[in-house]
Amino acid sequence: MDQLDMHTNASMRKRLRADKRFKLYGLAAISFALAFLVFFFVDIIGKGAPAFQQAEIQVTVHYSEAAINNYNKAVDKEYKHLVSKAWLRLVPNQIAGKPELLGQDYEEWVLAENSVDQYLKGHEGHRLKEKNQRLVDQMKTDGKVRLVFNSGFFNSGDSKLPENAGILAAAIGSVMVLLLTMLFAVPVGVMTAIYLEEFAPDNRLTQVIEVNINNLAAIPSILYGLLGLAIFINVMGAPRSSALVGGLTLALMTLPVIIIATRAALRSVPEPIREAAYGLGASSLQVVWHHVLPLAMPGILTGSIIGLAQAMGETAPLLIVGMMAYIPDAPGSIFEATTVLPAQIYTWSSESVRAFEERTAAGIMVLLTVLLTMNAIAVKFRNRSENTW
Amino acid sequence: MTSNLIENTLTVRDLKLWYGNFEALHGINLDIQKGKVTAFIGPSGCGKSTFLRCINRMNDRIAGCRVEGALLLNGQDIYDPSVDVVQLRSYIGMVFQKPNPFPKSIYENVAYAPRIHGMVKDGPEMDELVETALKRAGIWEEVKDKLQQPGTALSGGQQQRLCIARTIAVKPKVILMDEPCSALDPIATAKIEELMDELKEEYTIVIVTHNMQQAARVSDYTAYFYLGDLIEFSDTHTIFTAPANQKTEDYITGRFG
Amino acid sequence: MTEHTFKRFEDELNTLKEKVLSMGGLVEKAVKRSMNSLIKQDAVRAHKVIERDHAINALEVEIDDMTRTLLALRQPAASDLRFIMTTIKVVTDLERMGDLAESIANHMLKTQEAPLTQVASLQTLSDLVLAQTALALDAFARSDLDAAMTCIESDNKIDELYRTMQREYLTYMMEDPRQITAGLIATNIGRNLERIGDHAVNVAKMVIYMVKGKDIRHTDPQTAAALISGTAQK
Repeated sequence: MDQLDMHTNASMRKRLRADKRFKLYGLAAISFALAFLVFFFVDIIGKGAPAFQQAEIQVTVHYSEAAINNYNKAVDKEYKHLVSKAWLRLVPNQIAGKPELLGQDYEEWVLAENSVDQYLKGHEGHRLKEKNQRLVDQMKTDGKVRLVFNSGFFNSGDSKLPENAGILAAAIGSVMVLLLTMLFAVPVGVMTAIYLEEFAPDNRLTQVIEVNINNLAAIPSILYGLLGLAIFINVMGAPRSSALVGGLTLALMTLPVIIIATRAALRSVPEPIREAAYGLGASSLQVVWHHVLPLAMPGILTGSIIGLAQAMGETAPLLIVGMMAYIPDAPGSIFEATTVLPAQIYTWSSESVRAFEERTAAGIMVLLTVLLTMNAIAVKFRNRSENTW
Repeated sequence: MTSNLIENTLTVRDLKLWYGNFEALHGINLDIQKGKVTAFIGPSGCGKSTFLRCINRMNDRIAGCRVEGALLLNGQDIYDPSVDVVQLRSYIGMVFQKPNPFPKSIYENVAYAPRIHGMVKDGPEMDELVETALKRAGIWEEVKDKLQQPGTALSGGQQQRLCIARTIAVKPKVILMDEPCSALDPIATAKIEELMDELKEEYTIVIVTHNMQQAARVSDYTAYFYLGDLIEFSDTHTIFTAPANQKTEDYITGRFG
Repeated sequence: MTEHTFKRFEDELNTLKEKVLSMGGLVEKAVKRSMNSLIKQDAVRAHKVIERDHAINALEVEIDDMTRTLLALRQPAASDLRFIMTTIKVVTDLERMGDLAESIANHMLKTQEAPLTQVASLQTLSDLVLAQTALALDAFARSDLDAAMTCIESDNKIDELYRTMQREYLTYMMEDPRQITAGLIATNIGRNLERIGDHAVNVAKMVIYMVKGKDIRHTDPQTAAALISGTAQK
């Protein structure tokens, strides 16, 4: 019998080395990408985490006649620069709302000024004066300074005072815009895809439409902003900066993504299922509604969620339709001026005060959490669809 | 398709079919008898599947597909403009090459067609219809305790019998089978063949098969197709012992030139 | 006819045909030799015929085995099926023809004690039968319908000759009772020859089935002719 060579010879070794090299390249690429990701997360979390805590100081508050006229008089002069203006300016309102407070003095925990906050957190560039630094140090030993959970970040809108700035208005704006986007883009996109995939004849026209949809998905998003400006604001007269315009503009941008994802989902439904249904005498509507859509639904949802997540993180088109405004209060309707999370992050990032840097990072963390949650839901749907087939 | 019409036969006269400019069938003439199994054999691309799909107008779904000539079911031309395809397909059921149960429960698979055609209401009546169809397809004993389980969880042969049950649930006149056993093992194949033998008492069966032995085993009549022509159509016994046409002879004996 | 796509099947069918023809050759030789031994009163030759019959029997077993294998493994249809069916039948006929030749040789040995004086008509009969057998085998070898038809038609002549021969020997026996033993042997040999002819006719009829797919056995000549010409447009 022939002696078979089953050992590694020279040419085999060469191939094995090539194999190994190839694997190494891939590993290197992944490590490189991972390193960036880790750096990004460490940086953002490192910067943003302190923003979830906020300094408060304990001072004596004088609810006096003088305070009504000049809210700076509500605290002793030496503490004036340590207490946030955002809190101080509310004192007259509090007295007006509760007249029995007048003439009383209370020891209270109040919101500290951002420089105190930054000083306590040990950040460079806190801008707290030497004199006040000593005062704060003294208060610290007296136990009159504390860091508490920053609930204000989540339940107030934007402010020029960093210690008072929150993301609530932007978050509500984002939710409104996203709901509008979903309301417009998902039904239109899904119906378009169903028509193109299940009913449209395969002719020149549908081919042109198909190519154009694919191209639309690839064009820069800022162009959608211009389109939205031209159509919704200039032609239809929708109010500028409103959630309505933002939602519609983002819907335009998301449509191709949803159409492409839905068509892919429909195409992945096995042809024999359609044949079986047609063979039993089901009408086109019944075939699509009873058999194709249920099977394609996870894919459609995945695509829609990814498209919407993309829309949620989008800034450029919203810039054009005027949603980069300073919005201190949450919008009451879709016709009011609104901002969204990414726009808010952008606004904060261009502020010069050190405390805003922290808030920028915190805003990014919130946005990322929402997006990652949405993606996780999409992945879950996708896995479910894989189980069915 | 009322019962007072002549006979439950398919009559095909000079049927031609084009895919765009390509003539795939060149004038087929054929009579398919009631209560018999008719097999279509021939090499791939000979038009047998295309012709089968003409019978329940599945080719309608293909863009650029055009049919000329007459195809009569019970004496009525199924290509008449007044014929509703959806209605037609409730008279002509189809079983496909790969078992393709819906990814729904076994019960739903069978109940689906009767429901969309409004044959019976959901409830005891439907339960009875489902049971009858499953029994008729010889799969009741295997699935009666798991009617709510997905049909896709059954074995290949069981899936195919479920598909047959699904087809006969609407009580069709004709059952078309497009290579129904090509994905099955010999035991499952034998069960399907036995089932066809039982079913032909009630239904007219037309089967396309690549397996000549299968055609020989199950069919009463055999048609040999080659390059879009019906070369020979005769009783199966004659085709397999003494075909009249040399082309049939060569194909049957394995001389493919 | 084109060849089988599966070459080995083609080879097996060819081998089978060759075996049948060589068996036919052995049978022809046996008949010829047994008659020669009779005519030349050569007992040695007769013994050889008897000895060689086992070769024919062995071929029958071998061919039967081959046809069984072909049926089981190749599942032949149409012309292949008819060819194999014909082979099965032809082999049985050939084997019987061989046995009949052996029987003639045995009868010849008996004539040692009761010598045959008149062999002319037996010789004529055997010539006709041999010619008929050759026709049957030719028909089989070349799927030759004409040869088969000629073979079948020649049977009438043989039957006629056989009856004449019977009367002839009956006359001898009545004329001279001492001739009775020899006469009986002669008529037996005649019957054997006539039966060989019948088997040749069977072979020819099977050849017609093989070629035309029409079974003309046990039909009257008109029906047979109609059956054969009915598919003439092939």
